Amino acid sequence: MTYSFVPILLMILAAAILGAVFLGLNTIIGKKQRNPSKLAPYESGVPLLDESRKRVNVKFYQIAMLFILFDIEAAFLYPWAVIYRNATLTPAGISWFVFGEMLVFVLLLGIGYIYVWKKRAFDWT
Amino acid sequence: MEALTSGMPFLVFLIIGTIAVAASILVVAMRNPVHSALFLLLTFLCVAVLFVLKAAEFVAAVQVLVYAGGIMVLFLFVVMLINVRSLPEERVMSAFWKGGLAVGLGLFILFAGVVRPGVYHEPKGNERDLRTQTTYRMRKVRNADGTVTERRVGRSRVVGNSEAIGMVLYRDYLVPFEVASLFLLVAMIGAIVIGKRELLAEEEESTPQFILDRAEKEKEVKEVVNGR
Repeated sequence: MTYSFVPILLMILAAAILGAVFLGLNTIIGKKQRNPSKLAPYESGVPLLDESRKRVNVKFYQIAMLFILFDIEAAFLYPWAVIYRNATLTPAGISWFVFGEMLVFVLLLGIGYIYVWKKRAFDWT
Repeated sequence: MEALTSGMPFLVFLIIGTIAVAASILVVAMRNPVHSALFLLLTFLCVAVLFVLKAAEFVAAVQVLVYAGGIMVLFLFVVMLINVRSLPEERVMSAFWKGGLAVGLGLFILFAGVVRPGVYHEPKGNERDLRTQTTYRMRKVRNADGTVTERRVGRSRVVGNSEAIGMVLYRDYLVPFEVASLFLLVAMIGAIVIGKRELLAEEEESTPQFILDRAEKEKEVKEVVNGR
């Protein structure tokens, strides 16, 4: 089972080696000219107006937090979707049970979704 | 192929485990918080590989999706929110390093005691047995009198990791699963209540001076941009 991941391992190795070779070759045979205008930050030909690292609005954080919560919800959906088809055919009749428990799960988070929506957390302004 | 891959899990564990430990040490050793966050990302990815080595592919996928994808974003946003620059170079160790070392050592001994050999023994049976489940499908069956009826047939087969997790999570552990949704709901409401709080009048008046300065500066910059 684990051996089926060997191709992925080889791909990671190939990517690492390729990146190291390109960067290494660049350092070895590349020309290095360091003058002030070359080292200056460049943005569409306009000199910098402000510092690039500044405090960001807390709204970004809130959006990211909500993203993670719904991301976790989606992560719970994957194994459910994988077993659902088989569960509908199981003789013990657990198909409604499996459907119902996911319905409760999604509805509970749906309440949260409506709450977030009503609180205008998705509005940017 | 067998000879090539027989020692491979251990080799991969050694390499990836070393990278994971080194990266997690670098997380706390880096002076630039963004670099710390990137090493944390490397640690998450290495842990995902370790999960794959223990044949927990679903957990590995979730590790990459939720931790490397989501939690990482939160860490980076925190770095950007509080706007920390590189920490001063001269003080590498915190003033409390002795206490920290003691707590770390104590936790390590506790952890080593919990996971020492014999406490968690290997699950009974091999991996194949654990993953064998009866799956059902409808199949057309021809009866003796020539009529064709559909009948449910079950057969035992080895299922994948996410299928095994699904059967356990949605059949045997129903209540923890539903409680998880409650946790998510609480987290969602908490995020809104804390983040979306309306400022009271007196709080709005007492805006710190450095924020006012910054707002003034941004206004000036905007004027310069619009003036061009």
